[in-house]
Amino acid sequence: MKTFKVVSQLVRTRIVDLLSKNSRIDGRGLLEYREIKVEKGFISRAAGSAQVSIGSTKVLAGVKVELGEPFPDVPDKGVLTVNAELVPLASPAFEPGPPDENAVELARIVDRALRETETVDLKMLCIEPGKKVFVVFVDIYVLDYDGNFIDTSSLASILALLNTRIRRFRVEEGKLKYEDDYMPLPIRHIPVTVTLAKPDDGPFIVDPNLEEELSLGNRISISIDELGRICGIQKLEGMLSADEIFKAVSIAKDVAPKLIEVVKREGGLNV
Amino acid sequence: MSAEFVRVDGRLPDQLRPIKMVVGILDRADGSAYVEQGNTKVLVAVYGPRELHPKHQASPDSAMVRCRYHMAPFSTRERKTPAPSRREIELSKVIKDALSQAIFLESFPRTSIDVFIEVLEADGGTRCASINACSLALANAGIPLRDLVSAVAVGKYRGHIILDLNDEEDEAAEADMPIAIMPNLNKVTLLQVNGVLTEEEFKQAFNLAVKGCMEIDRIQRETLRSVYSSIKGEED
Repeated sequence: MKTFKVVSQLVRTRIVDLLSKNSRIDGRGLLEYREIKVEKGFISRAAGSAQVSIGSTKVLAGVKVELGEPFPDVPDKGVLTVNAELVPLASPAFEPGPPDENAVELARIVDRALRETETVDLKMLCIEPGKKVFVVFVDIYVLDYDGNFIDTSSLASILALLNTRIRRFRVEEGKLKYEDDYMPLPIRHIPVTVTLAKPDDGPFIVDPNLEEELSLGNRISISIDELGRICGIQKLEGMLSADEIFKAVSIAKDVAPKLIEVVKREGGLNV
Repeated sequence: MSAEFVRVDGRLPDQLRPIKMVVGILDRADGSAYVEQGNTKVLVAVYGPRELHPKHQASPDSAMVRCRYHMAPFSTRERKTPAPSRREIELSKVIKDALSQAIFLESFPRTSIDVFIEVLEADGGTRCASINACSLALANAGIPLRDLVSAVAVGKYRGHIILDLNDEEDEAAEADMPIAIMPNLNKVTLLQVNGVLTEEEFKQAFNLAVKGCMEIDRIQRETLRSVYSSIKGEED
């Protein structure tokens, strides 16, 4: 049985041995993702949503947009907040309760990539500077955990944002007026996250499944946007040399366009 | 990088802030350290290896590092509420990950090593100053280490790659990037990028950070050596 923190020594050794011959326990190529499936608009009560599976890891992201106050240091911008829940139905190791350090880290990795690229043009969501703006909530629900919830969540989040429709509005003399139809959020970029893992001696793989995640010991997540820029890095467990990190960045840059392709196709963008 | 770019506090792009390090500053803790980098002030205590509670969390084949990074309410410009923020929860985790790699955890099964970090004053680079202090406090507690861990932040500020950002630079920066390394093992144990960088800028920033960590490592070693050589002197 798969549990969160335990993988048998036999499996671990097998995974590392296979990698030394450049092959993987599930037969994938080293830089190959599991099958990616997307279902958009799954939650009709949400302003936007997307359910994304990478292999059997499944994440549902929902967007809600509400009126609120801006942060005092950026009075002319709307607010984007990302929250993640590792709900207990996703894994025997997830427990009910407030988000633990893993959930917080996940949310902040996804949040940083969206925020730093200014993926959502928050200036467009200001109604009255310093007083009233739209607040965009992205809530990530990890539903089934078979490794790599970071990349799955980052895909689900950008797709949910692309799926989001809000009432068209205009601002007249500082007052908010709604039109009858709906409009998409102002989305400017497509950041995606590529997670890589490697054993102490051996090659990098992308999209580790749960057994690989538990066996390899060294892991790093790298966010890349459609312009090929680095828009976030988080070294996870383990340690890496400088050369290994440069290698990881270069692999992430090579692999990211495939994920961005998925986002463009599923998000209905012909860019 | 233009050599004549002068920073808000008069430093050169590749210059660290003044550093002060003290070990064994607390009486009750098993190990402790105090670090200042510019105006950033951090106090760290280490307890352990000690019996872990609750027991069911104990690992049968290694020690468990537990880490709390916490900012004092008076450490920031606006008062920070003492309840742990999401940022503090994340930093506690990445600092724990950065330190765990250096400790011979397998030598102390079923125990915990508890690391408590209090940021007394925050002026940028608090997680890196914390790691530098933790590393000294672990050594001070007599816990066997593979290497010291040294950390510093680099960033891109108005197009320039700069070392050891203060708060003012950090807030205006296009990107900031804290890094921790074990200098003798040539391994990176913490790396985060917060912002947008090209691959070229990333490499340049990374190499600058490694240079900064080497300098910090030298100061850490000097600090430890001065303490323990004077103790040795007393015994002789």
